[in-house]
Amino acid sequence: MAERVFHKSILRNEDPQILAGKAQYLDDIEIPGMLYAAFKRSDYAHARLKSIDVSEAKALPGVIGVYTAEDFGDLVKPGPLQVPPPTAIKGATYASRTIMPIVKDKVRYSGEPVAVVIAESRYIAEDACDFIYPEFEPLDAVIDLEKALQPGAPLVHEDLPSNEAAHVIQERGNYPEAAANADIVIKKKIYMDRVAAVALENRGIVVNWDDKAQMMTIWCGTQSPITLRNATATRMGLFENQVRVITPFTGGGFGPKINTSMPDDVLLTELAVRLNRPIKWYEDRRENFLATTSERDQVHYAEIALTKEGKILGFKDVFYHNSGAYDSYMMTVPLNTQTHTVSNYNIPSFYTEIFMVFTNEMVVTPVRGAGRPQGVFVMERMIDAAARELKMDVAEIRRINLIQPDAYPVSTGIIGQDFVEGVLDSGDYPTALAKVMEMIDYKKFREEIQPKARAEGRHLGIGICTFTEGTGVGPYEGAKITVGGNGKVSVATGVATQGQAHYTSFAQIAAEQLGVEVKDVKVITGDTGAFAWGAGTFASRGATVAGTAIHLAAVKVKNKALKLASQILETPESELELVGGFVQVADLPDKKISLGDLASKANPMRGTFPPGAEPGLEAVAYYGPPYGATGAGCMAMILDVDAETMKPKIERLVMVHDCGIPINPMVVEGQVHGGVQMGIGNAFFEKVFYDETGQLLTASFMDYLFPQATDMPPKMELGHTEIPSPLNPLGIKGVGEAGAIPTPAVFTQALEDALFDTGVEIMESNLSPSKVYTYVQKAKGA
Amino acid sequence: MTQLVKINVTVNGVSYEREVEPRLLLSDFIRHDLKLTGTHVGCEHGLCGACTILFDGESVRSCIMFAVMADRHTIETVESLGTPDHLHPLQEAFMEKHALQCGFCTPGFLMTLVDYLGDNKNPTDEEIREAIDGNFCRCTGYENIVEAVRLAAKKMAAHS
Repeated sequence: MAERVFHKSILRNEDPQILAGKAQYLDDIEIPGMLYAAFKRSDYAHARLKSIDVSEAKALPGVIGVYTAEDFGDLVKPGPLQVPPPTAIKGATYASRTIMPIVKDKVRYSGEPVAVVIAESRYIAEDACDFIYPEFEPLDAVIDLEKALQPGAPLVHEDLPSNEAAHVIQERGNYPEAAANADIVIKKKIYMDRVAAVALENRGIVVNWDDKAQMMTIWCGTQSPITLRNATATRMGLFENQVRVITPFTGGGFGPKINTSMPDDVLLTELAVRLNRPIKWYEDRRENFLATTSERDQVHYAEIALTKEGKILGFKDVFYHNSGAYDSYMMTVPLNTQTHTVSNYNIPSFYTEIFMVFTNEMVVTPVRGAGRPQGVFVMERMIDAAARELKMDVAEIRRINLIQPDAYPVSTGIIGQDFVEGVLDSGDYPTALAKVMEMIDYKKFREEIQPKARAEGRHLGIGICTFTEGTGVGPYEGAKITVGGNGKVSVATGVATQGQAHYTSFAQIAAEQLGVEVKDVKVITGDTGAFAWGAGTFASRGATVAGTAIHLAAVKVKNKALKLASQILETPESELELVGGFVQVADLPDKKISLGDLASKANPMRGTFPPGAEPGLEAVAYYGPPYGATGAGCMAMILDVDAETMKPKIERLVMVHDCGIPINPMVVEGQVHGGVQMGIGNAFFEKVFYDETGQLLTASFMDYLFPQATDMPPKMELGHTEIPSPLNPLGIKGVGEAGAIPTPAVFTQALEDALFDTGVEIMESNLSPSKVYTYVQKAKGA
Repeated sequence: MTQLVKINVTVNGVSYEREVEPRLLLSDFIRHDLKLTGTHVGCEHGLCGACTILFDGESVRSCIMFAVMADRHTIETVESLGTPDHLHPLQEAFMEKHALQCGFCTPGFLMTLVDYLGDNKNPTDEEIREAIDGNFCRCTGYENIVEAVRLAAKKMAAHS
């Protein structure tokens, strides 16, 4: 029997190359004759562009050209929607106003490009931006979400009657009735603010137009290479096979790199053809903060209706979601908020209403978590408010409301980002809660540790929250697997990789079926020349959706190999097995043929070829789930807060998580670690801060606090439950965003518990010591 | 045209004579003039640490130095440590402990740590966290990096 390689912590295929500094990232690409781009960006958030003088910039030695909207003619129009509108939801209304490649007459966010410079070096291109003189007529900026919808508010898009970008109501049961029958109803206003994705590698693009071959090659660290290829071909009147998008090694994605038809790819593909020279643009950190995308800004008005025993009868949530200046990504983020607000609790009545709002801020698209942390934050904060009112233990009130393990599949009645009704496929939430309580020794903490600490004057608090993570959504992904004449296996899939270990985990899936070593499987992701069907890397779907397609393709290749080997070895297929790069007779391992030889024989160069046969040991397969697989978990945290400086120290952090059957448990833990770090940043350090004029005050790492090694707990104590998803043959659920989802809720809960003596109640995330101090002073009536 | 300045720099044991603009960042000189692209640029304002190199044996951020400042100095970049087939013990430890994901910040961590572990043979976890506090990582949450450093210290002691 072959050694199993699936569901095993195998070291990564890609690591030696990366560690030795030999991995090629975007800015490492140099092509002879290459030119460099820089963007002149608006300092105003909302202004009319009256005129723009580029003559001095054009005259600078080394500048090839300076281009404004008038140089781009018909290209200057709203780009395509990245995500379809929510028409599957009854009564939903929306206005799509998609990203413009360059400002023509009106600026809608600070950082929007008004001109692009092409020069012989990046230094000269950036110099030239300082010699471009736009004349603006500033307008009042739309920043506050609720004021934005008031009559008379300035309009981000003047052709619309208001700043409302979309309105969606979803409900199940009957909330007014639930509230009428409840013993208590609690109402709160809850905020969550923006975080930046902060991939360590900024965005960028290299475009090369080969005029003789009539071929365009684009290198870009996009999460969606096929979308980029298709949009480019359509826009430029090229065939899809004249455009090849290659994703090099990419230094993190976390959401914003999903966007295509952005100013850079639209304008630079055009200029590369016009100038017939390769062009590179590599964003700087300030531009990344100003003019990519970010999210999480929402204001919620939530209500929870309960019996006096703490059973939740109903939940109502009316919320405002900041879409930024455009809404090309439509409603993925707020729909995720809706689906993740009550998903793990048994709540008969739920009413959720979104007002999506245009503002003069950076465009909003998913950032690791993608609306889920907001839903979980709102729900968990409301449960804590209820526990406080009912004088119940925070773990117990959760326990009695969780969905039970025998209930699956559970239809939620709420349509999600994939436009089908949410169904929880599998899980065991009570066990996760019980495990976390055991691991963190909840009882002992409450009965011994905390009282003792409090007696000593220490502010030690605990938080414990549960969550779900909708993952692995459709539509579909595919894969092509080929066995080479050398017996090694190549796997190509349409999703792109930004560090998730696909070169290893995908190899494990193929190797498991084909009986080869993981290091002998070469995985190609995000190269449209190798595979050109699929949607992309988002929504924690790579492992689940592309991984399943790889499994299905590997099974096809295996069957092909068995069939051919059966003829050659004159043995029934049922007596053959794939081991160590050979197909062999199980009982007579010396009777065998190598996969390489089989691959050669499957591709005859002379002679005949049977009708209906397909050459080579190669197969393509696709997989699309009916709905996403739902991961889940529970997290607890102990915080020690210095009551004078309000500096919190995370003493312990425990998390139990279910992502079905992990392909590579080491990689899963790594994903959780990174997500938790982002969640800790979201809770306490990170905040994308716009002032009332729409100026971004956090456009560098001096102002935007990035969680560092000393900000993290000494250890993230992880436990897992493995409940296979019935939706795919490998039982996989996604995990990419899990760590980021519950952390702000748990942190805030622990902070309140630590500061219990002040009576403080904190209904917002993106905190800081000074903000906590202000809360405490207010609670004390100071 | 800007005046060019002649500089002599030894990088990874190789001596280079080049003419550079006075304003050329050392990071850009290493990456684009010398084509040593293992050194990465993440923020260009000296905070993220991805561009860390050894300058006369001390770890520094190459994005906030000019190439002319390296005249008659010695530099080591990540390419000096090991090759994919023969990794340095620190690199091996990073691989074995899954201390990298996207890998963009990794060269900066390695160069910070190769300096640090040279002076600190057996650091505690808290000391390790202090040592890497100036290097940002978005993927790993730092925990596996701390474990890798602990392992690397052991490996390097065994090698010396």
